[in-house]
Amino acid sequence: MTFSRTTRRVLLVALALGLAVIYFPLLVVFLNSFNSDTTFGWPPGGFTLEWWGRAAANDGALAALRTSVEAGLAATAIALVLGAMAAFALQRYKFIGRNPISLLIVLPIALPGIVTGIALNNAFRTILGINLGLFTAIVAHATFCIVVVFNNVVARLRRLGNNLEEASMDLGADGITTFRLVTFPMLRSALLAGGLLAFALSFDEVIVTTFTLGAGLETVPIWIYDNLFRPNQAPIVNVVAVVLILASTVPVYLAQRLSGDSASGGRL
Amino acid sequence: MPHQAPDVALGDHPPAASAVPAVRLRGLRKNFGSVTAVDGVDLDIRPGEFFAMLGPSGSGKTTVLRMIAGFEQPTDGTVELGGQDVSRLAPFDRDVNTVFQDYALFPHMNVARNVEYGLRVKGVPRAERRRRAADALRSVRLDDYGRRRPSQLSGGQRQRVALARALVNRPKVLLLDEPLGALDLKLRHEMQSELKQLQRDVDITFVFVTHDQDEALTMSDRIAVFNAGRIEQVGTPQEVYERPATAFVAGFVGTSNLLGGRAAEAVIGMAGLFSIRPEKIRIDGDLARPAGPGETVATGAVTDVVYAGAILRFEVALDAGGRLSVVRQNTDGVPGFTDGRVRLTWRHEHNFPVTGSE
Repeated sequence: MTFSRTTRRVLLVALALGLAVIYFPLLVVFLNSFNSDTTFGWPPGGFTLEWWGRAAANDGALAALRTSVEAGLAATAIALVLGAMAAFALQRYKFIGRNPISLLIVLPIALPGIVTGIALNNAFRTILGINLGLFTAIVAHATFCIVVVFNNVVARLRRLGNNLEEASMDLGADGITTFRLVTFPMLRSALLAGGLLAFALSFDEVIVTTFTLGAGLETVPIWIYDNLFRPNQAPIVNVVAVVLILASTVPVYLAQRLSGDSASGGRL
Repeated sequence: MPHQAPDVALGDHPPAASAVPAVRLRGLRKNFGSVTAVDGVDLDIRPGEFFAMLGPSGSGKTTVLRMIAGFEQPTDGTVELGGQDVSRLAPFDRDVNTVFQDYALFPHMNVARNVEYGLRVKGVPRAERRRRAADALRSVRLDDYGRRRPSQLSGGQRQRVALARALVNRPKVLLLDEPLGALDLKLRHEMQSELKQLQRDVDITFVFVTHDQDEALTMSDRIAVFNAGRIEQVGTPQEVYERPATAFVAGFVGTSNLLGGRAAEAVIGMAGLFSIRPEKIRIDGDLARPAGPGETVATGAVTDVVYAGAILRFEVALDAGGRLSVVRQNTDGVPGFTDGRVRLTWRHEHNFPVTGSE
């Protein structure tokens, strides 16, 4: 399709405006993390690394970072195992209730976090009698992290078809050898992409986390929320926000490159 | 096209039938849900044969191939390989290898690793499998391609890698699923003779599935013609082409005319359904000349002339009813027949009674 010169200019301006609305505020956060003027007026004052240094020495921020990384890694590990197994079962075998189960697995990512959070909180404390802690937050995160792994692996399995596995068996490899030499290597990048997305999803989750994380623990986004309105913490909040942005977007970028154009994992 | 001896007598069977067939199918049947894909197939394929399973899509030929390979379990009936019943064995326990329609090369391995895969999973020592893989690649003229990825090869090269990957295992039977289907016409003709040559060299039974009757006729020792899950006819290319057993075979293998009903009685003098190949019929405008000895004669009007370069095809409406298609070499250009009136003559023995309906 070709456009006239005027149309192209109008569209370009619209594109620039649209992207600016999304990314300019983020850019301001990034710049302010280096801003020597604590009132954060516009335009920024001088350049300083002081806030980064203070953040690196802030116990609360560091503890939150550790909690977030632990929760993210554990939830991702659970999601990888369960998501991949579910994808195999639903993609490779036909059984009654296959479609409803598939929907039930994907649903948590669309459920309102506030409801999931309250429901899990209630189930953990009053029904199962488990005290809230890191573990409960990990389980809660895993419920929606599974979805992105599942989606990535299902997409890959669907694209692969059964041909390569049949070829492997035809050449004399049994089921286990075929999985080791053909299926798993072909799934590796999909698992990695799904895992990265799952980690990013866990890392910036707030609502479910507030209901499932034990008292006294904070993840990075919750730490930001708690410290946002304390005036003396404001500069450090900007630094932590930049870290959060990077920790959430870099995996998504990598995941997108890994899974090609086929599927970004349906990250909602 | 490969050469063929000019005067091969009909029914001249290649390699004498050995006692134990390479592949024996008995009462083979396969249902997918309520759909019957294969509906009772009995077939013996001889050792060393180049055997074609020919039929339209959905005729069950590929399902039969997949049951021989072990990818599908027969609903009923048996598959024997070299006299051993393998019906219940997994694909990796059967001494057959397959060349897949889309080749199914492993994209994460280079060409050499692909070719040695079968030897690797059987625990053949590295040095030996390297050597045998190199030999196999040489036999398909891809000596220097071992380090390439399948994605860096052309369609024809991938096809040859798939062949090498199967043949390196020296299976008793090689199965080929539409092996040339994805290649362009010129490459397909090249590969036809190359495959034929390769099969003679390695002396392995080749069973290939195709919907292309030219391919089946030019390449194979014998052909089984499939239709609706059953075999309509098994025979040499000459038998299947010259003496089609059923109306379906006559129509599917080459083009054919069918004459039946009143037209058959008037022209041939017998009731029934007859197949007459278009190239067996001579066409001229000499309406008055009577039939010679052993000749069938019919008159009619040309309704259409198709100019196809090397040949001309005439569509003729017979005075006795029915239509015949006639093919003539373009020796003298397009002839003009007075008022389009023509006389058609052919020898009695080219009237083949077939079963089925028009």
